[in-house]
Parts: sequence; structure tokens; C-alpha cells
Amino acid sequence: MEHYISLITKAVFVENILLAYFLGMCSFLAISKKVDASIGLGLAVTFVLTITAPVNWFIYTFLIGDGALTWARLPDINLSFLKPIVFIAVIAAMVQLVEMVIDRFSPALYQNLGIFLPLIAVNCSILGGSLFLVERDYTLLESTVFGFGSGLGWFLAIIAMASIRYRLRYSNVPLKLRGIGITMLLTGLLSIAFMSFGGIQL
Amino acid sequence: MALSKKSKTAFTDPLMSNNPISLQVLGICSALAVTTKLDTAIVMSFAVIAVLSVSNTVISILRKMIPTKVRIIVQLSIIASMVILTDLVLQAFFYDISKQLTVFVSLIITNCIIMGRAEAFAMQNGPGRSLLDGLGNGLGYGLILIGVAFFRELLGFGTIYGYKVIPESFYQAGYENMGLMVLSPGAFIILGLIVWAQRIIGKVEGE
Repeated sequence: MEHYISLITKAVFVENILLAYFLGMCSFLAISKKVDASIGLGLAVTFVLTITAPVNWFIYTFLIGDGALTWARLPDINLSFLKPIVFIAVIAAMVQLVEMVIDRFSPALYQNLGIFLPLIAVNCSILGGSLFLVERDYTLLESTVFGFGSGLGWFLAIIAMASIRYRLRYSNVPLKLRGIGITMLLTGLLSIAFMSFGGIQL
Repeated sequence: MALSKKSKTAFTDPLMSNNPISLQVLGICSALAVTTKLDTAIVMSFAVIAVLSVSNTVISILRKMIPTKVRIIVQLSIIASMVILTDLVLQAFFYDISKQLTVFVSLIITNCIIMGRAEAFAMQNGPGRSLLDGLGNGLGYGLILIGVAFFRELLGFGTIYGYKVIPESFYQAGYENMGLMVLSPGAFIILGLIVWAQRIIGKVEGE
């Protein structure tokens, strides 16, 4: 149990997928202008990451990894070069599913997220999460926990940034620094803040 | 080959006045993680240029055959195939650097620049012009990536492309490498400053 708590703390704070690995920046920069949309997108990313991590783990372990096809008496086949294309296909299918669910249960949120919902499919953090779990040899449970933790970390980061940018409306930012410039500087500061969790050992 | 004016701007615009990272705000995802040192940044830039120009050309050739409803998935599979090819080439010829780049080469698939250009340019224009657009955007991306890596390596390690440039006497006088630059906040801050500088020089209006 402790192992999983430490894994989740690490994924949320210490190795935050956005602030330490720079994944999912595009939608982060575009959506963090609005707090409501940020919450929605953050939830969607957490949800999709938590689902895709174990699904991709299964696919990698039993279909495309090195020696994964031993159960089909094909132990010499290694399809791991197909990893990126298979993962992205799984992610696209999952995103489609989430899109349909959100459209059905929360049309307002669906309106808000607009074009960015399909773009979750090309959100680097989702594919990145799946690629990291292969790279780090996680087990099934570890992958799920890691997927959830990364999503939560991303959620926290985007909400923090949306709130900061909301406050920023009343401050006098140099004209040329407005928009992406100041957002990058703020993300840097946020990243420093998250690094202070670095020494935590559970 | 004489270039028409429109083809020329397709190539030159993304370099400065419509740079994909700093002005279109696309593709920052994988841009920053590989910028602690110049050599990884340069290899990554070439990988992106290769993928972007080839995928743009292929998508442009196929643009009349791709049904609109499933275009995203078709584009993604073309891009993913190019990325897999690039990854295998890197593993074969630049094994050490490909080890350092780890998952970030595969993450080119989800780099917003590539999808963005396919959607915004290659679906409407001919193959020749799309190739130029791909090259231009790839180079624009590479410029920023190498710019960020230059400052991070210089300030963080005191080296440029692995060569020591800060003289020993500086260190004896009390100069220290900035550890912050090697860590992730350094990349965000440098990129923020580069964007600021570029908007002042390029006379682009802020948002």
C-alpha cells in the first residue's frame, strides 16, 4: 500500500507530468484562460489517463511487447516498434468514448470544451503516460495508479494556472509579454513551487 | 525552380513572423524536455523537420482521397508511421542520443505542430507548397528549440555543444553554474523570455 501512495505522490507532485516533463502544454496554454473549462478539461484528462494506462498496459504486455505473444506460441515475435501507433489508436478510441459520455450527460461542458475535446487524443500527456509506463516496467496496478496520479497532477497544474491567470487580469503586464510570454514565466514559477515537494519520502 | 511569392512565404513566414512555437503556440509539449543540452535539441529538431515535411507532403498528396469524417485518424496514422521510421533510424545511427531522447521521439506524434499544419495547410494546398510549409515550420520549431537549449546549456553547465566556454578563472572568482537552468523551470523561464524578446523585435501585438 505504501508503495502505491508513494507512487501517486511522486506522479502528482514530484514528477508532475506537465511541470517536470512538459507534456500536455498546448491545451494547457490554450484552455487555462478560463477556470470552468480548465476544470472540465482537467477532469477529462484524468479520466482518460486512468483508463488508457491499464488498457495500454494490457495491449503492450499481451500483444506487442517483446515475447508478449508467447501465449499464442509465437515467442520470437517482437512487435514493440508498433507501440506508438497502437497506443495512439487506443487513446483515440477512448477519447471518442469520453466525448460521447460528456455530450450525453453535460452538454454545457461539451460546449465549453469545444474543439479541445477531440484534441485530448493528441494531448501529449496521455500518450506520454502510456509510453512512460512501458519505459519504467510498471505492473498493471502500478500503471493504473500512475495514470491516475499523472492525470491528477495535470488537473492540479491547470487549475492553479487558470486561477493565477484569472487574478492576472487586474495586473499591469507589459504589452508584449501578455498571453503566452507571461504564462510561460508563471509556469516556471509554478514548476519551482512543485519542485519543493522533491524531498518528500513516504 | 522559380518560387512563386506564395510558396516563398509558406517557407519563410514560420521562421520568424509566424513562428509555430512562439506565435502560433503549438508544439511546446515535447519541445522543452529535450533542451537541457544542445546535441539532443539538434537531433530532436531534425527529427521534427523530417517528420513534419514528409507527413505534410504525403497528406497533401492524399488530401482529395481522405474522407473528411475520418481525416483525423488517417492523418494520425500517416504521422505515426513517419515517427516510427524516424525513431528506428535514430536508434540505428544515433543510439546514444536516442537513449537520451527516450519517449520524446515517439511523442512527436502528438506534437500539435504536425497535426496543426496537416489540418491547416496540407489539406488545402498542393504537395510542393506543403513540403515547403513543413520545412519552414520545422525549421522555425528547431530555431526556438536550439535557442532554448543554447541558453540552458550555457548557463546550466557552462558549456556549448559540450565544449567549455566559461573560463576557469570565472569559477575561481566565485561564478557558479545555475542549477535551476538544468531543471524544468529553467526551460519555462527561458522560453517565456525568448517569446517576449521576439514579440518586441517582431513588432507583434500581444494578446
